[in-house]
Amino acid sequence: MVHIKRLQEDGFDILAIVGEIDASSAIELDLAIARSVGEGYKRILIDCGSLEYISSAGLGVFMSYIEEFRDKQLVMVLFGLKEKVSNTFSILGLADLLNIRTGKQEAKQLANELSA
Amino acid sequence: MSYRHSIGCSLENLKGIRDFIRGTLRGHVHSEVQLNEIVLALDEMCSNLIIHSHQCNPDDKLELRIQFRTGNQVVFEIVDEGSQFNINEFHSPDLSHLVQEKRKGGLGIRLVKTIMDSVEYTHQGNQNICRLTKRL
Repeated sequence: MVHIKRLQEDGFDILAIVGEIDASSAIELDLAIARSVGEGYKRILIDCGSLEYISSAGLGVFMSYIEEFRDKQLVMVLFGLKEKVSNTFSILGLADLLNIRTGKQEAKQLANELSA
Repeated sequence: MSYRHSIGCSLENLKGIRDFIRGTLRGHVHSEVQLNEIVLALDEMCSNLIIHSHQCNPDDKLELRIQFRTGNQVVFEIVDEGSQFNINEFHSPDLSHLVQEKRKGGLGIRLVKTIMDSVEYTHQGNQNICRLTKRL
């Protein structure tokens, strides 16, 4: 139902979410982010270009890392959200709490600025 | 005309619920964003019921009914048996609290209340009926 592909580029760890994240699959997202943090990546990008759906369980995963990332001075930036997915973040006002950019280059730029 | 979809109370069945809603509403809802919102609100309601009222027991059943009314109104009914999970008795938690407590839950209720026009509960015999309405 959801696949998370990983690739490393210029020191960024990029997690590409493909499919739908709901209460049954949010754990996959959680594990993928935890693995990236565990491997020592400081700048993590979440590619949402192929994310078709996210429910509160998935949003809760992103929320649950906000404090940890702040404490450890790690940066996470989401990019490529489809309008219907971006709307879900907006309804809850999460766009202000998370780092979200339109494209990969802008996401890298923001991650670099925030981790400088 | 009422459209019905029945599932066992397992989180793996949420995908089927979403596909049923999309299939039924397609042609009635013309915006992808609005269709996604409705799917989201019902997914959240069903997830809450499956987890909190049925402890993910696949032998328990839950049924979603969709009815189109005049005036572009759609009525969704979620019917189950068991302990009632009434979201009107829960306050939507403050976002900053969720961040501080690193809680992964609590956002769903806020989504449902924002998206749907009304959420009401009734009983018929052993059945709990949660009725959500939305004007398209």
